[in-house]
Amino acid sequence: MGMAAESQFHVLAVDDSIIDRKLIERLLKTSSYQVTTVDSGSKALEFLGLHEDDTTNPSTPCVSPNNHQEVEVNLVITDYCMPGMTGYDLLKKIKESSSLRDIPVVIMSSENVPSRISRCLEEGAEEFFLKPVRLSDLNKLRPHLMKTKSKDQHQKQEKQEEKSAFQSPKQQQQEKEEHQQQQQASNNKRKAIEEGLSPERTRPRYNGITTVV
Amino acid sequence: MDIVSQLQRQFIDYSASLHHEQGFVDDQFTQLQKLQDENSPDFVVEVASLFFEDCEKLINNMARALEQQQGVDFKQVDASVHQLKGSSSSIGAVRVKNVCISFRSFCEAQNREGWSNSFLQQVDQLNNIHVILW
Repeated sequence: MGMAAESQFHVLAVDDSIIDRKLIERLLKTSSYQVTTVDSGSKALEFLGLHEDDTTNPSTPCVSPNNHQEVEVNLVITDYCMPGMTGYDLLKKIKESSSLRDIPVVIMSSENVPSRISRCLEEGAEEFFLKPVRLSDLNKLRPHLMKTKSKDQHQKQEKQEEKSAFQSPKQQQQEKEEHQQQQQASNNKRKAIEEGLSPERTRPRYNGITTVV
Repeated sequence: MDIVSQLQRQFIDYSASLHHEQGFVDDQFTQLQKLQDENSPDFVVEVASLFFEDCEKLINNMARALEQQQGVDFKQVDASVHQLKGSSSSIGAVRVKNVCISFRSFCEAQNREGWSNSFLQQVDQLNNIHVILW
């Protein structure tokens, strides 16, 4: 239902501080993202449809069969320092999950600790923002989201073919055409992006980091 | 109703400009004001309210931890100060934030006396902000 026309990206924001949750929500909404906020890593995993011990099976019992999540999440932005599961732990769990590992993850922290930053980036975080986060920081999210979007299109097309039994032939045809159009447009871009991605990212990326004196 | 909220907003803007000069709030507060618009007309007031509630809770935690007869749990105090530092930084309450930073060195030094004195000073400062913003 409405899988082909998703104009808004959905961001899941995780922070134990209510003030920071409110702030990041406002920042994201101002940037025209759809937002869900949760106050812990475990709630984030729950929302993403991942159970604590479930790392390989994408189809968990309580969600629809073809989409491993009830609601699609295009990016996760999380605080680093949280009681219980830290942002780093959450990042790890997401990257270890076959169903979630493609979701870009961004870490936020009030503390500028270089070893922390590189550890997160090495674990697969796309960006590391120092708090307080600004609107200008959020502009850096777009490229990561666009990258996921075109990957998603491809996966959805495959799922679409599997799903053919559930839809009327006409609806299926329409959605397929839309997918193909978008696929053509993003095909070249996707190739370029995939070539740009190396399996081990050893170069440190210090985007979006300002030293706080 | 509309005029009242307009006046309210003007008051906040005015007092915020005073703060900027007096140093109670920094640029982050201005950033918050920029995020307020027709879609979220009460954003600054809402965040400020949350901040004061948070402050109260955290300061109570710290006070309780400090009052411990059997020995102050500086880890607990430090955790609360860390949270308060984060909140004040997010809202732009720079004086509070700076006091939190020096608080933490007291905690590290386990300096109970130093802590208590500036703690009282700090509560005063917070009261000032509270009065001005409201």
